[in-house]
Amino acid sequence: MSTLTQQTQKMIDEVMEAYPEKTRKLREKHVRPNDPTGECGSACAVKSNVKSRPGIMTIRGCAYAGSKGVVWGPVKDVVHLSHGPVGCGQYSWWSRRNYSNGITGVDNFSAMHITSDFQERDIVFGGDKRLAKICREIKEMFPLAKGISIQSECPVGLIGDDIESVAKKMTEELGIPVIPVRCEGFRGVSQSLGHHIANDSIRDHVLGKNTLEKVTDYDVNLIGDYNIGGDAWASRRILEEMGLRVIAQWSGDATINEFAIAPQAKLNLIHCYRSMNYICRFMEEQYGIPWIEYNLFGPTKIYQSMRKIAAFFDDSIKERTEAVIAKYTPAMDAVIDAYRPALKDKTVMLYVGGLRPRHIIGAYEDLGMEVIATGYEFGHNDDYKRTYPEMKEGALIYDDITPYEFEAFAKRLKPDLVGSGIKEKYAYHKMGVPFRQMHSWDYSGPYHGFDGFPVFARDMDMAVNSPTWKLIRRKR
Amino acid sequence: MIVKDHNELFKDTAYVEQFHGKREFENPCPEDVVHQTAQWTESADYKEKNFKREALVINPAKACQPLGAMLCALGFENTLNFVQGSQGCVAYFRSHLSRHFKEPVAAVSSSMTEDSAVFGGISNILEGLENAYTLYKPAMIAVSTTCMAEVIGDDLNSYIKSAVEKGIVPEGVEIPFAHTPSFVGSHITGYDNMMKGILSGVKGQVRVSPADSINIIPGFDTYTGNYVELKRLMSSMDVKATVLADISDTLDSPNTGRYRLFPGGTPISALKDAVNARSTIALQKYSTVKTGEFIKTVWGRDFQLSPVPIGIQNTDEFLDMVSAVSGRPVSHAIEAERGRAVDAMIDSHPYVHGKRFALVGDPDLLMGLMSFVLEMGGRPVHVLCTNGDAGFAKDAESLLRGSPFGDDATVHIGKDMWHLRSLLFAEPVDLLIGNSYAKFLWRDTKTPLLRIGFPLFDRHHLHRYPIIGYQGAINLTNWIVNTLLDEMDRKAMFTQSFDVIR
Repeated sequence: MSTLTQQTQKMIDEVMEAYPEKTRKLREKHVRPNDPTGECGSACAVKSNVKSRPGIMTIRGCAYAGSKGVVWGPVKDVVHLSHGPVGCGQYSWWSRRNYSNGITGVDNFSAMHITSDFQERDIVFGGDKRLAKICREIKEMFPLAKGISIQSECPVGLIGDDIESVAKKMTEELGIPVIPVRCEGFRGVSQSLGHHIANDSIRDHVLGKNTLEKVTDYDVNLIGDYNIGGDAWASRRILEEMGLRVIAQWSGDATINEFAIAPQAKLNLIHCYRSMNYICRFMEEQYGIPWIEYNLFGPTKIYQSMRKIAAFFDDSIKERTEAVIAKYTPAMDAVIDAYRPALKDKTVMLYVGGLRPRHIIGAYEDLGMEVIATGYEFGHNDDYKRTYPEMKEGALIYDDITPYEFEAFAKRLKPDLVGSGIKEKYAYHKMGVPFRQMHSWDYSGPYHGFDGFPVFARDMDMAVNSPTWKLIRRKR
Repeated sequence: MIVKDHNELFKDTAYVEQFHGKREFENPCPEDVVHQTAQWTESADYKEKNFKREALVINPAKACQPLGAMLCALGFENTLNFVQGSQGCVAYFRSHLSRHFKEPVAAVSSSMTEDSAVFGGISNILEGLENAYTLYKPAMIAVSTTCMAEVIGDDLNSYIKSAVEKGIVPEGVEIPFAHTPSFVGSHITGYDNMMKGILSGVKGQVRVSPADSINIIPGFDTYTGNYVELKRLMSSMDVKATVLADISDTLDSPNTGRYRLFPGGTPISALKDAVNARSTIALQKYSTVKTGEFIKTVWGRDFQLSPVPIGIQNTDEFLDMVSAVSGRPVSHAIEAERGRAVDAMIDSHPYVHGKRFALVGDPDLLMGLMSFVLEMGGRPVHVLCTNGDAGFAKDAESLLRGSPFGDDATVHIGKDMWHLRSLLFAEPVDLLIGNSYAKFLWRDTKTPLLRIGFPLFDRHHLHRYPIIGYQGAINLTNWIVNTLLDEMDRKAMFTQSFDVIR
């Protein structure tokens, strides 16, 4: 064990002391010093994807958040019904910034809060009858909607409603797909199961239901990009410039038709592995479509990913790819020249979801910054395996971290920047630690692609180097 | 370096072309159909259909009970919110409140999952209380519920008793609770339930003769500036008042370079002594129904309902009420403030008189805002309250019918902001007052928007300014008249009417 690893382990042990015995034993398996080789196997692996302990203030969300909030919500021409009481839909109303084109309430419904607003009578007598009526009313209010997804909230599963049979009946009656999604918040241990359930419902009700008139050898699906602040558009731009034809976006700015035609693609490109690997694996098995992971954060990873993608295609694509890289390299170098001096050697702690805890590391490194600690809200073993090699030996890796641990580690590691979510943001502001929300891009973006990197660099600089931090008069 | 972010970037030709090209795969509706449908949603025909909706709810202006319960408990010293049920709900409540207040909001969940649905949430609450106490050392743990715990019928009373008996949480730590099902009422109901839960769960030493102090319950009020203003008014009158529950520090804490989990709040000692107060005055009606009943019947103490002190007359009534129960006169300083507020309203009245208003929000807030608008000579036209009941409709009607400026108004209860969209197209108004989500109405109907209410996500610091009291009347006058003047300038920009003096 190296000194750094020992030091990190000692710090972890100190922080864990605050817990009651049982919780300490469970929690300490989720926090480890990094072994980039991953060779020590389960002994040093971070435990993940298990239940959060009650009462410790987990930062995680629920299956509904994973389905309605992440996977289905961005699909713009489908009305997503938050089926159950009013709260879930209210709190997730247009908060994820998955941008899309179209007219809200006419042919785009992603910025709306549409709910069955369960009352006590629905709990007592069941909500199925009213659900049918709601579907009819949706069709009347929003005649251009191409489908309805029923996003189940906790009570739906607990009272034994049969939304599947209502959905089936309504699909026939209304002539548009009505898709039941069993993403009740109590299912699973985090958002993650919601992603899986949502993927499965797309597979069962939409995938392959339509065909493209004309296909080409360069047709790809852009998967696992939710178009936060326009990310998917910045990514699509690169792929199109490389000469590829993106036939479907999953699911930022997506339409249901794109899901329907997706099996005709030649290659699936997946950015957020965690939330959409399921559909890629299915398309591989069912249609023989290969899939590759890529990373469009920061020039180093962008160039690598572009070449990795181009390798699947003929020389014309490879040549165009090199030309695109050559075209953008001066601009990317200029961004680095402009921001690196003020960010060099600054340290970063991350705690995010999906792909970001590992995918953004390269972008920080392009700016001369070092990610010294990272972890996932709802990652699985395969996410951590992909993370170890990206981090230095002895760096801190944590899973489902609690605000107590996060704060305790931050006090010891003294990072120059913390990247996490809205629930964490203001605690770090109070501590005088520069902070950026790395779920919503703090209302900025895009961060993907060549167009995203300058925005990312600007934002990290304004966080780390804002003069406002110096105004804090610290209490002794 | 000039950096283009999403605000400008996607206007570039490259992206305009990309968006156009993507349509090939979208199977979009033809543009003329989209255009016609968009126009149809603005029509009388659409409005009629919209108002015939019986089951579907679109863009409602209400949240659920536990959020209100959390806001209430956040107003007490060293108090940790503990929510029995699914963990995702708590993530949502914390995010929602943080987005409004731009402050950290702590709360724990008992992280119930599928097995709890089968076996009940007893083991979750026991382990949760142990973990939460050990880690965060609160003086009080306020327990509320998500709909999961309610549907499976978790019995908080016996669970908490069991936790205390087992010694999981040391003696002396208060654990009040409230059942807060999301399928009953709204966030204001949750506030009420938790306030009653705390007042009944935290027992103080009852004295025979009432103390010199009074209690003031603001209700579900998300203006931290209101709490500061309230305390200032009481101190100006030399009235000893306990604010139940005071979020002014907990949701607006000073930056000292140190993060405190529990910064301020009504002291537990003051909470325990609240039962001895001479009188309790509530500033909201619909968020204190059960609380008021409890104070009157169980405490057997005086409980008075003040009109929401928004506007001059409501503030007059409130201060008279305080004066009557405390025996302290309204101070000269406050009287001078009143004069200034009235002076401001008189100065600005020509730009507000006769202007048509649409208002959407919580019932108590609406009562206050309507009263103020009427005082200015404004004319409420659409008054929409998703979480208003028949009682509110009656109160609102009676207020509106009491003024000639209220003649044009229709009160809509149980309706949502998609209904309001139709109303604004059918009968346009000069100013819309609502929360941040009303910006969709601003965009679609081109009605000027003044952001008052909750949540306010897309403008900063508005909640720091009081809207109650005479100072609040000046703030409201300022916001209303200057929003109208901005709009007037926008319209007059290229006409002879572009005046520099107004």
